[in-house]
Amino acid sequence: MTYTEAALVAVGATVALDLVVLRTRLLRRRLFWTTYAIVVFFQLVVNGVLTGRDVVTYDAASITGLRVAFAPVEDLLFGFALVTQTLCWWVWWGRPARTPSGGRAGRAAGPAPRRGPE
Amino acid sequence: MRLIYLGLLAVCLLGTALPLELVLHTRVFTRWRRLVLSLLPVVAVFTAWDWWAIARGQWHYDPHQTIGLVLPGRLPIEELLFFIVVPTCSILAFEAVRAVRGWTAGDE
Repeated sequence: MTYTEAALVAVGATVALDLVVLRTRLLRRRLFWTTYAIVVFFQLVVNGVLTGRDVVTYDAASITGLRVAFAPVEDLLFGFALVTQTLCWWVWWGRPARTPSGGRAGRAAGPAPRRGPE
Repeated sequence: MRLIYLGLLAVCLLGTALPLELVLHTRVFTRWRRLVLSLLPVVAVFTAWDWWAIARGQWHYDPHQTIGLVLPGRLPIEELLFFIVVPTCSILAFEAVRAVRGWTAGDE
């Protein structure tokens, strides 16, 4: 598997993590896309320095050769997966615990809800 | 220039954390358990990817532009720190946008 193929698999896995596995559905929120727009700008700057100065170099056979700000376009997919997965876990761990009936903890009667990691 | 990669990471973390924590009160570091739990799966997955790609020769780090502390699997320490710093900065940015715009995230 090339870096290009691995990066595409990572993006697919990330979408599945958000929409199916954790069901955080961040990909449908303005908050996520606004954050991502800010993060991707800084990613292009930092990655541009790292790749422009050859701190990291890539095997030509593993990438398409298409570059954005010195970095292989695959790095954008890598960064998207990294940032999105992080935010999914962050939101998932911050969710209030739910009661067995599916209602929000604290509203329904019953045993004390599981406390979140906060 | 062995410090270039490490220096970039320090600039990213300090440049993001100090203003957002102090001015916008993002409170990410006070929620450190949630932060650690969020970072763990990401560090594991992306370190594994990095190992795999290094082993297959898909990318390579310049030993003259890293501090020279290399972890098992030929992983420069900077790469491991990258997988901690970038996610942390992303969470800080996320909480900053939420603080400024008041948009919901699904964890309210």
